[in-house]
Amino acid sequence: MKIVATDRNGKEHSVEGRDGWTVMEILRDAGLPIAAECGGACACATCHVYVTDGWYEKLTPPSDAEIDMLDMALAVEPTSRLSCQLVCADGLDGIKVTVAPE
Amino acid sequence: MSAPVETDVAIVGAGPIGLFAVFELGLLDLKAHLVDILDRPGGQCTELYPEKPIYDIPGLPIVTGQELTNRLLDQVKPFHPSFHFGEMVAGLEKLPDGKWKLKTDAGTEIIAPVVVIAAGGGSFVPKRPPVPGIESFENKGHGVGVHYAVRKMDTFRGKNILIAGGGDSALDWAINLAPIAKSLTLVHHRDGFRAAQHSVNQMRELEKSGKVKFHVASVKALHGKDDGHLSGVTLAGADKSEWHHETDAFLPFFGLTIKLGPIAEFGLNLNENLIPVDTAKFESSTPGIFAIGDINSYPGKLKLILSGFHEAALMAQAAFHICKPNEKLRFQYTTSSSNLQKKLGVTA
Repeated sequence: MKIVATDRNGKEHSVEGRDGWTVMEILRDAGLPIAAECGGACACATCHVYVTDGWYEKLTPPSDAEIDMLDMALAVEPTSRLSCQLVCADGLDGIKVTVAPE
Repeated sequence: MSAPVETDVAIVGAGPIGLFAVFELGLLDLKAHLVDILDRPGGQCTELYPEKPIYDIPGLPIVTGQELTNRLLDQVKPFHPSFHFGEMVAGLEKLPDGKWKLKTDAGTEIIAPVVVIAAGGGSFVPKRPPVPGIESFENKGHGVGVHYAVRKMDTFRGKNILIAGGGDSALDWAINLAPIAKSLTLVHHRDGFRAAQHSVNQMRELEKSGKVKFHVASVKALHGKDDGHLSGVTLAGADKSEWHHETDAFLPFFGLTIKLGPIAEFGLNLNENLIPVDTAKFESSTPGIFAIGDINSYPGKLKLILSGFHEAALMAQAAFHICKPNEKLRFQYTTSSSNLQKKLGVTA
């Protein structure tokens, strides 16, 4: 599966996802500026992305813990998600995300 | 400002690795002072995940970030480390006798032959909303402009205050400042909060009585007066509608994030915000300056707490030779050495 990620300069990156990995892990390992300070524990809100182009609605809705943690993210929009909570799967092939501002 | 303190080792960072370094140094009779920008020990463990379980600490099948910190504090107690909490390192200078002088923003000066940087990802600093020009409204004085913390409540008396955020800090300050403010407005991106339930209830009461105005909105722009002081903001609602809101002060509360901070200005060799070290001593390319834990880099580095513990032990051996150049290091085990047991206060 592919993840199409737009960085903070507006540049698009097509990154190969891995089944069962989180989108945060894939973006981080691909060198995108994802701080992910807590390492994926849904505890810091520094892996914040916008899920665009209709992909937000296709995702499993955020858990209460993620909704709570998004309260600590900056510039939250209706399509905001924490990428450490998005797990790669075939159904997400082509998912589009934009890295949120720092 | 008080007189400089002299010690063997100055440690930057009181997270798990900085704490364990105290233990390893203590076994070798080396005293340590620790500086941390947070107001308590534990670093990321207590700031980010105090309640989350950690499963990969050897010998502790499950331990939370807070419990691990508490246990490390117990473990280092016999060595009486000196903590300087709520202080950020501000400068590092080499003295003519070869020792280092570490200064903090609170005026503390620590003189030591060895400096150990155990700063994790750097300093915890408040998250700054990505609003253009926000920096120019910071540090404009009491009760006006942008503040990320409330030091003295009274400085906000009689002011129009705007708070952004939906966590405990945002709600606590909305509740506490509402009675003394001229007006208090709270904005958050949703009509819900991650704060303690009693705080949410109190805020809702204040909203009902008109003492707090709440909007599902976010701050899009800041506007200043001719003298450079904040005059108001542009708010945007969930439906993208925008309106002007006049305010004297803007208090964003989105928690903390990690920035490398002043370590970048110490003149150390850095590679992608990490300090390259050798794997025998964990010393940087500057003699006498060591880096352990998440802040260092070397081939094969794994950012795990257990790696930092190992690094602390080897660093301590090297630090001994710098601090006590004329003494022979006696390698001993805590299980069998009555000498070490005496230091630990466990002899019968």
